[in-house]
Amino acid sequence: MRKNYGPIYVGPVAFWLCAFLSVPLLITLSYSFLAKGLYGGVEPHFSLAAYRSLFNTAVLKVLLNTIIIAVLSTALMVGLALPTAYYIARSSQKNLLLMLIIIPFWTNFLIRIYAWITILGSNGLLNSFLMGVGLTDGPIQFLYNRGAIILVIVYTTIPFAIFPLYSTIEKFDFSLIEAAMDLGASKTKALWKIMIPNIRSGITTAVLFTFIPTFGNFAVPKLVGGTSSWMLGNLIERELNITRNWPLASSMSVVLTFVTMLAVLFFMRSQNKKEL
Amino acid sequence: MSKPGKFSFGVFVFVTLFLHIPLAILVISSFNSSKSMRWEGFSLKWYHELFYNSGPLWHSFWNSIIVAISSSVVATVIGTLGAIGLCWYSFRMKKAIQTLTFFPVILPEIIIGVSILIFFNKIGLSLSLFTIFLAHVTFNIPFVLMTVMARLEEFDFSIVEAAYDLGATEIDMLLRVILPISMPGIIAGLLLAITLSLEDFVITFFVAGPGSSTLPLHIFSMIRFGVSPTINALSVVIIVGTALLALSSKNLYSSLLKR
Repeated sequence: MRKNYGPIYVGPVAFWLCAFLSVPLLITLSYSFLAKGLYGGVEPHFSLAAYRSLFNTAVLKVLLNTIIIAVLSTALMVGLALPTAYYIARSSQKNLLLMLIIIPFWTNFLIRIYAWITILGSNGLLNSFLMGVGLTDGPIQFLYNRGAIILVIVYTTIPFAIFPLYSTIEKFDFSLIEAAMDLGASKTKALWKIMIPNIRSGITTAVLFTFIPTFGNFAVPKLVGGTSSWMLGNLIERELNITRNWPLASSMSVVLTFVTMLAVLFFMRSQNKKEL
Repeated sequence: MSKPGKFSFGVFVFVTLFLHIPLAILVISSFNSSKSMRWEGFSLKWYHELFYNSGPLWHSFWNSIIVAISSSVVATVIGTLGAIGLCWYSFRMKKAIQTLTFFPVILPEIIIGVSILIFFNKIGLSLSLFTIFLAHVTFNIPFVLMTVMARLEEFDFSIVEAAYDLGATEIDMLLRVILPISMPGIIAGLLLAITLSLEDFVITFFVAGPGSSTLPLHIFSMIRFGVSPTINALSVVIIVGTALLALSSKNLYSSLLKR
């Protein structure tokens, strides 16, 4: 019997991820149960103050705004991605059409956000156009609101909905649709009643891949959101870097992690159900 | 075979235009001589500005390159070894380690950024390029590991057993059997890690110290400062650069597979 080298191979990964992932996450969790220090940091005694602060109306308002943005953006992305992925999967030029979706995705994330700022900003293209044709005298503020956040999130994240939907629709056997139509179903009804239930795993993957990055988004609301449209990520950053209430930043991170884990568990359960 | 209908075609065209038009506008306005969005004539002055007059930007660019190469090489070594171990061996705690490797992929980036910043603060490590390097290795490891594992899973464990039966030692087997067959996966993982590192903004934002700006952080501060046509020129350079890199790495990858 030869020696089992498994632990030697896996040792470095296990060490690195424990040191720079598990330990940091556990420290963050423990900070959420401590009292805040005077100038940032924490005092070493147990306190639930950080969790009590979560129920401030200001924090709850941000949480509600985050949920609204995440739900609306996810619905928009999956709603647009489903017909798009269907069209690509049914086309004879699949690879070319997929490339059309992938190429903009290669561009730097911040540059893609910036592109919308040059369009919607007060000196942007849209305002130049509107003032040029005389529809408005002064610039209109299109940025720094909830709508701008949703638009830019959809713009930067929609490929994450298109790819999983495409790969499940591509595998779907379309002769089933023809059979249904031969039996008298309309095409819409056949797609809705037969294709949709069969690509459910692709739909749940698309929802998960868009909901998680949207719910935990930080960069988009930071750049195109205003103080009235803050998301949880912005609040965490403020508590960490500006207000320096580290227990509160930690407790909000715990909430964000908890929501993410719930979404993942829900996803894994629905995947398992499909296999039964 | 039934063809897709007008509705799905309409949505596809809409989504494609939606994805391309903003970038097309950036490309066009990078050649505009005016600072505003109103067209006032063709000019290359923003490119001149970018290449001859943007010292801090290039400094942060080189920082990005240093971090991307060093972190992705380390992540590739650690991730490849881990993939071999997880794919072909069984041992205690295997399931736990496997679960741990999923965490950086599913957790929102801000959680990784915040917790690793709190950790660095706790152990008294001051923020610098080195802390960015540590964070980048952490989020890159799982992506390399998954890419290499996908390659290894195409092969049967019997080739390893055959090598043993023929008298190979563990080192022989690693260097002359496993590494050669997993090379396309390793290269793909390395390229993916470099891309993710060059692209990362959120995690870097939390672990960067004063003076250790990377390109995305520099772009971020330029955007916050206001619209500047130099960013338009930089965008075009980045778009062209990534397209060329992607095409050449695709060729490299397929030539490796053919070997």
